[in-house]
Amino acid sequence: MVVDRSPLTQNTIKEAVIVLDNLVKRFEDITAVDGLSLKVEKGELFGLLGPNGAGKTTTINVLCGLLEPTSGSVSVGGHDVQKEPRKVKELIGVCPQDTATYPYLTGRENVELFGNLHAMSKEKLKKNADELLARMELLKDANRRLGKYSGGMKRRVNLIMALIHDPEIAFLDEPTVGMDPQSRRAVWEFIKELKKQGKTIILTTHYMEEAEELCDRVGIIDYGKLIALGAPEYLKTKFKAKNLEEVFIQLTGRRIREGL
Amino acid sequence: MNFQRVFSLARKDLKKMIREPATLFLIILFPVILTLAFGAAFGAIGGSQQTTYQVGVVNMDSTGPYQQWSQHFIGNLTDTEILAIQDYLSNETAQADLAQGKVQAVLLIPSNFGQSCNSFLMAPANPSLWVNTTVQLYLDSGSMFATQAIPPIIQQVLTTTLYGSQQISVPKPIQIGSPSLVEASKLTAFDYMAPGIFAYAAIFLTMTVAQSLTTDRENGLLRRINTTPTTPSEFMTSQAISNMIAALIQVALVFAMAFIVGYRPKGDVVSLALAFVIMSIFALCNVGFGLITATITKSPGAATGLSFVFILPQMLLGTFVGAALSPSAQVVARFVPSYYATDALTSLFLRGAPPSSTTILLDLSVVSICSIVVMLMGIVLFRKYGKT
Repeated sequence: MVVDRSPLTQNTIKEAVIVLDNLVKRFEDITAVDGLSLKVEKGELFGLLGPNGAGKTTTINVLCGLLEPTSGSVSVGGHDVQKEPRKVKELIGVCPQDTATYPYLTGRENVELFGNLHAMSKEKLKKNADELLARMELLKDANRRLGKYSGGMKRRVNLIMALIHDPEIAFLDEPTVGMDPQSRRAVWEFIKELKKQGKTIILTTHYMEEAEELCDRVGIIDYGKLIALGAPEYLKTKFKAKNLEEVFIQLTGRRIREGL
Repeated sequence: MNFQRVFSLARKDLKKMIREPATLFLIILFPVILTLAFGAAFGAIGGSQQTTYQVGVVNMDSTGPYQQWSQHFIGNLTDTEILAIQDYLSNETAQADLAQGKVQAVLLIPSNFGQSCNSFLMAPANPSLWVNTTVQLYLDSGSMFATQAIPPIIQQVLTTTLYGSQQISVPKPIQIGSPSLVEASKLTAFDYMAPGIFAYAAIFLTMTVAQSLTTDRENGLLRRINTTPTTPSEFMTSQAISNMIAALIQVALVFAMAFIVGYRPKGDVVSLALAFVIMSIFALCNVGFGLITATITKSPGAATGLSFVFILPQMLLGTFVGAALSPSAQVVARFVPSYYATDALTSLFLRGAPPSSTTILLDLSVVSICSIVVMLMGIVLFRKYGKT
């Protein structure tokens, strides 16, 4: 495994808010996550990269308490996900990979529903909803049913639903997939703002330029194992690559080369 | 339990019922159309245009010492004005006419009918001294209306012949009134069916709950809710609340539609309120069946199909259709929750029983126990196997 020796390495992290210790997750005879150990610092924007089926979403699902680990331990915000799932769920916001919204509710109703599920006050909920809908350029369409929205608009609502309650830790699972370049740029800017606010973010993505643009560090996983970890610049230097995509292909391209 | 979460989820479900055409049809329009259709078919609409059914009667107790009982019974059947009674001397002749469609039903009064009635009169509180017997009823299977309408009418007239019209209002001891007090003549076939229609509508909640949950699961919404602090008990309470409200809306709509087409049930405001309570508890039972269906099935399509495993027995055995079934099927009907919900509403609206009567309290108890058991089973199964 390639590990960053530059600043913000595993050893220099002062306050880890997400800790995975030898995480293993098996589904019958398939090992989706295979001994993954990782620490994410408070306020860090961490990119989890890997080919399809590498184990990224499974890792996110374990972190959210949706899946139980086969072995190993996971803590989020200082709470063991297995032992204190409710405390973890109060801290996190999760934007799932596939848009999960109610088509018969309006954009605003979808957002407010998740604010209510986080027991937000009425005033705070309205304020946050207005701000986020405006920030994502959805205020004009906020009272239209979501079933009538375009794919990109639905994805933006999907993201707002994860962040309406102003979580300390956000898990964003491919939040810009299927968006046009303009919308993607807008979301990037939004994610940068979240980082500036001091939020800890784990981002999974297939877009290497997205990871390069946004992430403080990235972890590349394949077959459930962490195969590289470090800042994008460090990995580019280490692998003598022009960009992160080249690093990614070098490390994970064997699937294509070997026809797997 | 955080009620902000519970009510926001329940509100979301109620919006789905109103905004999604398929759900709107099942929850709101279906009961309305059903009530109007049955009102038109069975005589509630149109006032004096009352449906009449031809019923052949073979009285094998016309010469015995207690023959007056069979005469009263036949007289009461005639007084309903819904049934046109034709006397037959032999069962063979009556069956031949039934086969040819000349009559829609044949009623065979056994030779010990009067003896049986009399034994009840002599010892109403001692069933061991009663002479048990059976009144055989043969129906024209080709007439859907006859098979559904005639059995409950005859059942009601038989009950009234035995007990008299006043029995329901006197809890104990049972008084045997005069058979001449029968007041069924003002009732239409629809009056006998209406209680079943109330239950009929609520039964379909099984399908809407199963469809809704499987759709949400397929779209990743259950997983998403599971990433919030919402607890399983909050989620299930929201399901119960939204579906109980749906059931109350259904009862109100069915009642309003039935009233518009001329239905005038017995009972007062308290009876009506109790009917709402019974149906909302019965709704919980169907939510439980919906949860079980959603647990077993993987997709909304499969959930729709499988929900009929719970819907059909409740429809065919437990509502007004059940009365047209064979004696053995009617025994099976006793294991179906809708039977007790329908029976309670029949006692309230048709027999005019007071809400505190033993029959209604017994029915309410059975419906409540069934609802609690089925709902708990549904919750346990769905939590364990159905969420992902």
